[in-house]
Amino acid sequence: MGRIFRDIAIGILAIAVLAAVPHLIPGKAFQDFVIRCSSMALFATSLNLLVGYTGLSSFGHGLFFGLGTYSFALLMQRTGISLPMAFIATLLINAVTAVAVGAICIRLRLIYFAFVTLAMQMLMHSIIISWVGLTGGDQGLQGGIPRRVVAGIDLGNQYNLYIFAAVVLVIGLLIMRHIVNTSFGTSLRMIRDNEARASFLGIVVWRVKLTVFVLSAVFASVGGIVMSLFVSGAYPELINWPISGDAIFAIVMGGVGSFLGPTVGTMILLLLNDVVTRQTEYYGLALGIIILAFALGLRRGLLDFITERLGGRPAGGIS
Amino acid sequence: MLQITNLTKRFGGVAATNDVTLTFAANTLTAIIGPNGAGKSTFFNLISGALKPDSGSIVFKGEDITRLDRAAIVQRGIGRAFQVASFFPSMTVAENLQAAIAAHRGQWADLTHRFPRQGVRERAMEVAEMLGLQDSADVLSANLSHGDQKLLDIALALALEPSLLLLDEPTAGMGPDERWKMIEKVQRLWRTQNLTLVFIEHDMDIVFGIASSIRVLCYGRVLAEGTPDEIRANPAVIEAYLGTPDAEDDV
Repeated sequence: MGRIFRDIAIGILAIAVLAAVPHLIPGKAFQDFVIRCSSMALFATSLNLLVGYTGLSSFGHGLFFGLGTYSFALLMQRTGISLPMAFIATLLINAVTAVAVGAICIRLRLIYFAFVTLAMQMLMHSIIISWVGLTGGDQGLQGGIPRRVVAGIDLGNQYNLYIFAAVVLVIGLLIMRHIVNTSFGTSLRMIRDNEARASFLGIVVWRVKLTVFVLSAVFASVGGIVMSLFVSGAYPELINWPISGDAIFAIVMGGVGSFLGPTVGTMILLLLNDVVTRQTEYYGLALGIIILAFALGLRRGLLDFITERLGGRPAGGIS
Repeated sequence: MLQITNLTKRFGGVAATNDVTLTFAANTLTAIIGPNGAGKSTFFNLISGALKPDSGSIVFKGEDITRLDRAAIVQRGIGRAFQVASFFPSMTVAENLQAAIAAHRGQWADLTHRFPRQGVRERAMEVAEMLGLQDSADVLSANLSHGDQKLLDIALALALEPSLLLLDEPTAGMGPDERWKMIEKVQRLWRTQNLTLVFIEHDMDIVFGIASSIRVLCYGRVLAEGTPDEIRANPAVIEAYLGTPDAEDDV
């Protein structure tokens, strides 16, 4: 129990610090950065439940991030339901979709799993591009998110949205951290290490895989909701396949073996994005070189590297 | 305890297990021997649910388990260890065992409680002690010696509190001294844990030294079964497998 309270205390402290920062540093750039970070870190950490903890390398996890933005924006624009209701409905839509997609994908191994998840995302992307009447096609869902006032707090206000994003990120991370620390979380590691052995110890492997697939999809969609509020709508780029690549980059740079690796990786990725695009148009080239440095130089993500240097074993236990 | 009737499994045109009928009585220590390719591992894979037979039946404690999946067979009390030690390399010895015990206690889908739950840690140490692994509890299993990895594999199976334990070549890849240490541990387990134990073994000194009964497989068929003395005297076994001093003289 002690560790849960410690994690919660760290989370509350982080929110308190973030709440104070804008009073010290004026300007919106930092707040924008944190909101985008919150969205992408939830997405990347949810993907790491599959990649780092279970050994399922999904290349199409952006499906659920993008579906999160579109379902949430559509529910807010086309129906009269409140923001909290749309939030919950979005999670349900993603969970149901993940059951269907997962049921097909989890039977496959390694590269086949990777490719079929990618194909699923491309399929969803095509549907959204083609269904212009519903989704706005190439133009995306413009027109903003209405009814942003929740319990007297206006999420249309930048600072409020910033605090909301930070709180959602902390709660999301706490829940995911709890998941990996349960016996279920241990089952994930057993399957990653040695699937056959796990099955001969009585674990029903497909049930564990499908459950983690659905859970990770739900958390990815939470990241999508934050992004939808930030961009006031939903756009095809948010469900296109490079978004899955961003999450994979974040995981690789931050570290698959550390719980906070994907969060750290997201910060590196977004910082690079902001700095490099200001200096040069060769963003892809710069990013590629830096990822190569991580892969060939450190041979692991930053947080895994630091953990090992301090004499520890990364929490995910990849060595 | 375990009754196998007319069990057959074909891979393409080859019958790896061909019309095998065998009975294993409770609390026996049985060795399965046979030349390479005799279908010994396939036989274990059929019993433990890794493979589905083409025909025949497997009855365990009076229940037909032929068509059950692996997890259901484990639940009925059949544990197995592997020819190549099979464990979870990113975990320590203690974590390996805790994970197996959590699985055995049906906690593998538990999303509410922290791992390991109450009593799991203590039970893991008990299992480690059964095989003399207690001093390596905090060692990363990937870094264990080959012999200790084989012991860990067996310990994982023991964590399931099986009534039938299948060991596929527990001494594979070991030197002569290590082999005897291993087999003494296996024998002690069998005596103390109230187990029915079936093991595959190539070392004839070990087989005839400890097994209470022996089954000989050859080309997927049962060539002979009986006590060590009966097997030693069986002409078919001598011809096909053990070889005779006379035969060498004739050459």
